[in-house]
Amino acid sequence: MSSILIAVVLLATLAIIFGAILGFAAVRFKVEGNPIVDQIDDLLPQTQCGQCSYPGCKPYAEAIAAGEKINKCPPGGESTIIALADLLGVEPEPLDAEHGAEKDVPMVAIIREDECIGCTKCIQACPIDAIMGAAKQMHTVITDECTGCDLCVEPCPVDCIDMVPIETTLQNWHWDKPKNLIEMINIADTADQNVYKEVH
Amino acid sequence: MQPISLHTFEGGIHPPENKHQSTQTPIASLPIPPQLIVPVGQHIGAPAEVIIKVGDKVAKGQLIAKPKGFISAAVHAPTSGTITAIELRELPHSSRLEGLCVIIDSDGEDRWLDEIANGSHNIENYLETENTWLIQRIRDCGITGLGGAGFPTSVKMSVENRGIETLVINAAECEPYITADDSLMRERALDVIYGIQIMLKLTAAKDCLIGIEDNKPEAISALKAALKSIHAEQRIAVVTIPTKYPSGGERQLIKILTGKEVPSDGIPADIGIVCQNVGTCAAVYQAIAFGKPLVSRITTITGESINNPQNVEVLIGTPIKHLLEFAGFKQEKSLFQKLINSKVPAKPRIIMGGPMMGFTLSSDELPILKSSNCILAPSQKELPANDVASACIRCGLCTEACPVELLPQQLYWFSKAGEFDKAEQHNIADCIECGACSYVCPSQIPLVQYYRYAKGEIKEERVAQEKSNRSKIRYEARQDRLDREAAEKEAKRQARAAAAEKAQAAKKAQAAKAALAEASSSVIDSSKVDGTAVEVKQAEPVNLEDLQQKLDAAQAGLKKSMDKIAEIKADESSTQDLAVFEKAVANRRDKVKALALQLAEAKKSAPPAQQDMSADGRASLEKKIRAQQDRLAKTQERVDLAKEQGLESLPALQKGLDKQMQKLKELKDELAQFEQAAL
Amino acid sequence: MAINSAGFVNITSPHAHGGNTTSRIMMTVILATIPGVAALTYFFGWGTLINIVLASVTALSCEALILKMRKRPVGFILKDNSALLTAVLLGIALPPLAPWWVTVVAVSFSMVFAKHLYGGLGNNPFNPAMVGYALVLISFPVQMTTTWAVPFFLSDGQTISFSDSLNVIFSNSAAVATTLSDAYSGATPLDTYKHLASNQTALEIMQQPLFANDTQGGSASNWFAGGWEFVNIAFLIGGLALLALRIFTWHIPLSLLAALGTCSLVFGWDADMYVPWSLHIFTGATMMGAFFIATDPVSASTTPLGKIIYGAGIGILIFVIRTWGAYPDAVAFAVLLMNFAAPFIDTYTQPRTYGHVKAKRGMPAKPDANKDADKNVDHKEG
Ligand code: SF4
Ligand code: SF4
Ligand code: SF4
Ligand code: SF4
Repeated sequence: MSSILIAVVLLATLAIIFGAILGFAAVRFKVEGNPIVDQIDDLLPQTQCGQCSYPGCKPYAEAIAAGEKINKCPPGGESTIIALADLLGVEPEPLDAEHGAEKDVPMVAIIREDECIGCTKCIQACPIDAIMGAAKQMHTVITDECTGCDLCVEPCPVDCIDMVPIETTLQNWHWDKPKNLIEMINIADTADQNVYKEVH
Repeated sequence: MQPISLHTFEGGIHPPENKHQSTQTPIASLPIPPQLIVPVGQHIGAPAEVIIKVGDKVAKGQLIAKPKGFISAAVHAPTSGTITAIELRELPHSSRLEGLCVIIDSDGEDRWLDEIANGSHNIENYLETENTWLIQRIRDCGITGLGGAGFPTSVKMSVENRGIETLVINAAECEPYITADDSLMRERALDVIYGIQIMLKLTAAKDCLIGIEDNKPEAISALKAALKSIHAEQRIAVVTIPTKYPSGGERQLIKILTGKEVPSDGIPADIGIVCQNVGTCAAVYQAIAFGKPLVSRITTITGESINNPQNVEVLIGTPIKHLLEFAGFKQEKSLFQKLINSKVPAKPRIIMGGPMMGFTLSSDELPILKSSNCILAPSQKELPANDVASACIRCGLCTEACPVELLPQQLYWFSKAGEFDKAEQHNIADCIECGACSYVCPSQIPLVQYYRYAKGEIKEERVAQEKSNRSKIRYEARQDRLDREAAEKEAKRQARAAAAEKAQAAKKAQAAKAALAEASSSVIDSSKVDGTAVEVKQAEPVNLEDLQQKLDAAQAGLKKSMDKIAEIKADESSTQDLAVFEKAVANRRDKVKALALQLAEAKKSAPPAQQDMSADGRASLEKKIRAQQDRLAKTQERVDLAKEQGLESLPALQKGLDKQMQKLKELKDELAQFEQAAL
Repeated sequence: MAINSAGFVNITSPHAHGGNTTSRIMMTVILATIPGVAALTYFFGWGTLINIVLASVTALSCEALILKMRKRPVGFILKDNSALLTAVLLGIALPPLAPWWVTVVAVSFSMVFAKHLYGGLGNNPFNPAMVGYALVLISFPVQMTTTWAVPFFLSDGQTISFSDSLNVIFSNSAAVATTLSDAYSGATPLDTYKHLASNQTALEIMQQPLFANDTQGGSASNWFAGGWEFVNIAFLIGGLALLALRIFTWHIPLSLLAALGTCSLVFGWDADMYVPWSLHIFTGATMMGAFFIATDPVSASTTPLGKIIYGAGIGILIFVIRTWGAYPDAVAFAVLLMNFAAPFIDTYTQPRTYGHVKAKRGMPAKPDANKDADKNVDHKEG
């Protein structure tokens, strides 16, 4: 009987001691983290296009924090989904096609300036104030800031806004990933020596 | 100076040197080509700004583009002639992108700018001149690093008070085949030394170490002799280092000569060292002493496809086909090549730079740049195009070869798998792209391309991240602004509502008072009623309709009361008190009178105002319609043009046109309505 | 000018290549096994050679088959010689008189499962040869422990003849195999010593024919056994040649031998209880393991420091398994166990890169690893 008592007391004491240590550690080594919404928001592309059906990235981040699916952001695409899955410890899912497809190349809006009638409709549409201009004056997109969200295209009454791919310059050009050469020599076409030509 | 104890860097390789082929003959000069292509962005930093026009005549050495910003370099006309175009041309660059180039048709005279030709730019006591003047002159002469990257020299030399101890001169020229610096040192050693003296003065360094690989004995003795001849041995030492690739890398050479390592995120100046290429030294001397801008350079033309490999002094902007022609380029019999070994591409391969770090050119029309130290035209046998890569076997040969102690195989796996964060963790940013790893890789993997790709992706990611941070800020700012505007609007609306409420309350109070007064006196004082009416009118802008309604109601009431009286009078038997009704009728009559008065008053003031408004609206509508018509005409024109030329934008334009027509119609309708209302 | 300017090739630098190839490296390693194989054949008969041929044929056909199934270029990959190397190493490792199906099972398992199911050459986390070996060792312990040929001096001064070897290896009749192999096969010295040490002193053990009848004549000071020392020295010679040719670096073999030697010295001071160090180093598969198995680059550590840790780990594990384990030799298990650890070791042993004060080690920090080290690349080049 007494041995049982001793065991119980011992275990209880141990539990209290370890609990205290853990509690102390939790306070002492607390990791100051961003609130989860901010962390999620940081991973979203900030295109603010609303394709996720929320009025911007932050609202979507809030929705995700509240349990919304993570696969609704087409501009972010797969990489964003993976990053979110990683952050939240959930399984990555394929992009929800309902909200649109991921674009291959980043785009920016360009206003054909001589056609612009200065209606300010696009200014009102742009979620990040990337369009400059006043009423009845010509409008211009600040290309460096434009996220390519498309939102300004539709409201323009004279259709003078185009979405164009971001231009490659010496500054942003870089080598492509080398082709996976082994994969290129598929059995089917080893006979064809042209493969080698393509490779190089 | 004390004897230098040499250090070494890890790794490195010993590819066949192949340097002797091009050092058999002295430096030749190329005949002046008929046309030069001079890009304005040949250096690191912002491209220069063109300051001449098409059709201008220029003399050799005349400024044609001035530096824009601090890190930038001037560009000069390499020969005399006429500017025939300023346009985008393909640049000699792996990207094969285009850049702005000035095209000069040479007149064959090669006439220097007068000031340079008559020697009025010459100065002798340059070592006693102000540093700022010297640096300005280096900048004016458009001197950039001639070793490869082309960093503006004036910027690199602006280190006077950074505590520079040692000036390191890079004469290692470690890449196989290239001998441009070698031949320069052999033939113009004094220029180099004079240039070094200027740099010593500019940097205020205590001493200077010229690092030169031991495979250039002639250059070493030439330099030593030159040093002796002007008694400059105290501060300048020629240090012979063992031949090993890439000892000519800036960071590697600094390690060899001083044992110090440049911090990964810093520049040599951080550890009290400035490093310059020998070619740059000679160019600096020419610029300072004679005011000669950088318009030509020594370039090695070599490789087994060249009949007479040699070093040539060539004007910047010379299309390389002239160089190839001059040195005798023989194209391989591609068909035969194909037959004996179909693996080898039959296309010619021209490399700008050396076999380790150079890049292939897309055509022979591309120009020589300030940084082009070699044109290499190898035969297929000499530098066979890499075989098809097989799998990495983690043999670790690349690790042993890497001069910066990276783990190239890990970087390769990470780059290939797109795990860029891991690649960064493995210091991919420190890779100098020397190619030593690819050189030794038994699986012939294009490792360097993987690293370039990964670095580019990492940079892109970072730019995107920055942009997204900015968009977030902008988005939030806009959101704040919208909130603020909404709040302001709301506040205004509330203020207005409050005012209205107050007025309403006042009116009610007034009405109650009036009712009270009415009840207390049976005799109605019409003037009092008037006064009330006037007061009411003042308190609130009158509403005509309202008044009219009230008047109608009052009149109806009056009629009813009078009917009642008549009824009572007709029916003798009625017991009802006639007096009560008569009083009510009087009351009502008064009210009607008051309202009628009010109405008249209101009508007097209201109608003119209404008329004004309508005139205004009409004018603006008409103006709008005119503008819309203009716009329509413009669009119509454009549509016609598009139709004529079959442009792709036609549907979009047509849509725009339709929209505009719709708008016009709407406006016209509005006007018509307006006019109807006015009539 | 007759240059066809439309068709210049665009290849990334470097344009020069040292000319080394994977197939050449593999072939060099194969050739370096020649001294060892010769010694094995001299002491133990034709069995090893027959095994090697059998293994090679099996390996090449397995590889060709699976490449075909994976739709990979058969000819291109076969000529990298890696399958051949695996086969040769397995052929050496397996007992000379092991039945043919043991060899076939081991080789095909190593090719199909250990190599190609992981993605082929370069992607296999475990040494394929050792996976195959471990499989047959666990599945057919009898065949694997009793079919080691005895050295020629224990069997009337001659090894088993070629035709008899073929008979033993390929015979379907158990009787033939048993009679022949009874005459010519036995346990290895390590195994023998370990079993005898439980009830005999070192001196007594040394009187055993396996040790005493060594070519030098048995004596208490002769701590070698049964011709194995020559086999090991032969492999050592081959290994040193590879080292000289810079096929691999000194790190793994040296640390392996040093660790094994140290352990066996520390524990082996009492030769009555433990196997002495000389037997550890110079019998069994030690040298072959140190120079030919543990150095397999694909599954080993790749950082310089990592290689040392990896080699030492194998050395220690070999000692532990040989001393306290139930298996006659331990190289296979030791190598496989360290294969598990190799990626982990690599992660924590990155070398210090030029220009860094200290080495970055471990995994990238999770969020925002890319915030640091933003540098101005412009300044880096001359
Ligand atoms: S879909 Fe658009 S608004 Fe929604 S999170 Fe993605 S980028 Fe932001
Ligand atoms: S300019 Fe247009 S496309 Fe660009 S961010 Fe603004 S609304 Fe989006
Ligand atoms: S040299 Fe090539 S095969 Fe060897 S480890 Fe490096 S990348 Fe892999
Ligand atoms: S290219 Fe980069 S990884 Fe390869 S050897 Fe040079 S520095 Fe090292």
